[in-house]
Amino acid sequence: MTQSDGRSPLAGDSPPLDPAGSSANRPQAGSDEPSARIRRFDWLSEYLARLEDEHVIAHRGDARILAPAHRLVLDPEDWAVAAKLAAAMGMRHAGLWADPLDDGLKETDGAEVDGEPCIRVRACLEQTGDYLVIETDIPLNRPLLDSQAHIYPGLDRLERHAHDLTGVVFTNPFDSAQGKPNTRRWTRHQAWPAERFPLRHDFPLSGETARRTPADVDYPFVRVQGAGVYEIPVGPVHAGIIEPGHFRFHAMGEEVLRLEQRLGYVHKGIEKLAVGRDPAGLIRLAGRVSGDSTVAHAWAACQAIERASGCAVPPRALTLRAVMAERERIANHLGDIGAICNDVGFAFAHVQCARLREQWQRRSRELFGHRLMMDALVPGGVVHDLSADAFLALRQDHAALHRAVEPLFDVVDDHPSLDDRLISTGILSASDARALGCTGYVGKASGLRFDVRRDNPYPPYDGVRVEESVETEGDVAARVRVRMAEVRGSLWMLDRLLDALPEGEIVAPLPTPAPGAQGLGLIEGWRGEILCFVRFDAAGRIARYFPRDPSWFTWPALERLILGNIVPDFPVCNKSVNGSYAGQDL
Amino acid sequence: MFRILKQSLRIGRVAEPAPEHTDIELERIGIELNRLIDKRFRCSFAIRQVDAGSCNGCELEIHALNNPYHDVERFGIHFVASPRHADALLVTGPVSRHMETALRRTWRAMPSPKFVIAAGECACSGGEFGVSYASCGAVENVLPVDIKIPGCPPMPLDLLKGLLGALRTT
Repeated sequence: MTQSDGRSPLAGDSPPLDPAGSSANRPQAGSDEPSARIRRFDWLSEYLARLEDEHVIAHRGDARILAPAHRLVLDPEDWAVAAKLAAAMGMRHAGLWADPLDDGLKETDGAEVDGEPCIRVRACLEQTGDYLVIETDIPLNRPLLDSQAHIYPGLDRLERHAHDLTGVVFTNPFDSAQGKPNTRRWTRHQAWPAERFPLRHDFPLSGETARRTPADVDYPFVRVQGAGVYEIPVGPVHAGIIEPGHFRFHAMGEEVLRLEQRLGYVHKGIEKLAVGRDPAGLIRLAGRVSGDSTVAHAWAACQAIERASGCAVPPRALTLRAVMAERERIANHLGDIGAICNDVGFAFAHVQCARLREQWQRRSRELFGHRLMMDALVPGGVVHDLSADAFLALRQDHAALHRAVEPLFDVVDDHPSLDDRLISTGILSASDARALGCTGYVGKASGLRFDVRRDNPYPPYDGVRVEESVETEGDVAARVRVRMAEVRGSLWMLDRLLDALPEGEIVAPLPTPAPGAQGLGLIEGWRGEILCFVRFDAAGRIARYFPRDPSWFTWPALERLILGNIVPDFPVCNKSVNGSYAGQDL
Repeated sequence: MFRILKQSLRIGRVAEPAPEHTDIELERIGIELNRLIDKRFRCSFAIRQVDAGSCNGCELEIHALNNPYHDVERFGIHFVASPRHADALLVTGPVSRHMETALRRTWRAMPSPKFVIAAGECACSGGEFGVSYASCGAVENVLPVDIKIPGCPPMPLDLLKGLLGALRTT
């Protein structure tokens, strides 16, 4: 447990003298935490003191229910102040989601709303690897809440997403028009009416109309006007084999003056589909949030479920999950490094990387049953064990890939025609990356070191060194270098993980979760930090699932880093960021 | 330059022949495809791919068709940027309602005769997503589908087999 629980000035909201774990259903929370835990949350008392100075009252409630995060329950009117103080202390925003509790309150977590249907809004903040979840309830019949997007601009789309699916209206507390609501839609196009909200219980999964959905033609793009300024609409159907989305460029000559993205085209209602599923069904769905991150999203959902139900996952299963996650990281980086080179006409690297990726995927199929390792994770463990032969094959693969990438990366790192196109292209400043909350290679290339595996290590990463790969330039070349370093780092780590592969079971039975149990999953996927929230209902089925892909924050980064670049460099800038459309459209 | 030449010479050609039986199968399927494409499409079969709501897993495998192991261009198959240049429309994913109109318009922009190929479990049956407020489910709920290639996602060889089936039967 943290020290700060005991010495916080508002200790009333946490169980101060309960070292055995504040909730009986989370026995493994302690084992989750590394020895560095001693200094964990040393900033929390300062934050709580500042909240108190602003007369913000943090309510009673179980502070450890979302371990390893600390939980604070706030009044709705303090929502913006809490964000302002967090930003002043340099905290990063890690996401926001709403949870409608409008079904007669059969299934809340013990902190019931006073008899009135409400929407519970949660936001996650991070400081030095410690997570803080702030939570507030707003009445369903008047769902108004201050926006935090003016303090944390990366939250804008998450707030609009929360509005489109649950009906929370975010208002701007700093706007001159005092509390003017942000009604610009994001995830909703024309598939359902503006005044209906799919995640509410009165909205049927099948929808309310079977009519054809018209194109979303009247979305209010912000326009740039002036002599010589022209507009380029691109998408939703793009020229290559990629996912759909719309980009609206404003350009003068070749220079991009403004880029505005319009996503949501592949919204499939994942959050609604999750409601009522059993844990195994949820993991199948989580594996399809974003196909290229199938292991990472499945692991995040497994972790949330296992924390909520107090499942002790066998150490061998955890190491095998990490092996798969690192394999996924290497496969995607290889594909992307090649594709970035291809986008500037350097086909050599593209072909070589595609060759290595294909070999890698064939081995994944042989040993983990699937070329992308889909459905290889289950609640409580993994599906495929590694035999002694497989162990040897993997060790040889790692050595072979290492030999293969060194000369290749040497060329990519130092080739005049690549340097010409990649260096100083698409620069994302450190301040923009920080303001938007970028993690993964996008953040690392702009000087942000954060990596969940190192800063809040979950097993087995608590026992293995995570190589640091940070660059400061923030351009496409820096993102390529970070990815190459991550390939090398993951290869090195894979051998360490295999060497320390524990013996034993590969799956443990999942205990029945307590009614209303909830859990938070935090995984470093290949794109960056994935946050996943799961809440169970009284019958042990899923009541709320929210996966927050890192793409939520790297898509807006693309809008910023493209400014001042030429339109023909957009593909390579886009590929260097490679946000997931499916992962953010849900 | 020398480093590039050295690497290229050292790696050589990986496309074929390879020792695995699946690759022999690939070659056999490829030759048959090639023959059909030569006969019916004047040696060139153009595919326009549209993701109508997939999780992007199918796209990764379709990309793999172009890697040096599969290299489908040698069989006369190539992916084109415009539906106006396409013989076939390759659709992945359940059709999300937000993509419904865009998909129809892409299909309408294609010259006849045209094939529609539904690739992946979601495109064939709705898969994990089915029909909902946000998804129309299988592609056949929106467009006439000529051939279905199941799999989640279908492996590159499955995609080729599916294409072969499409050309044989239609």
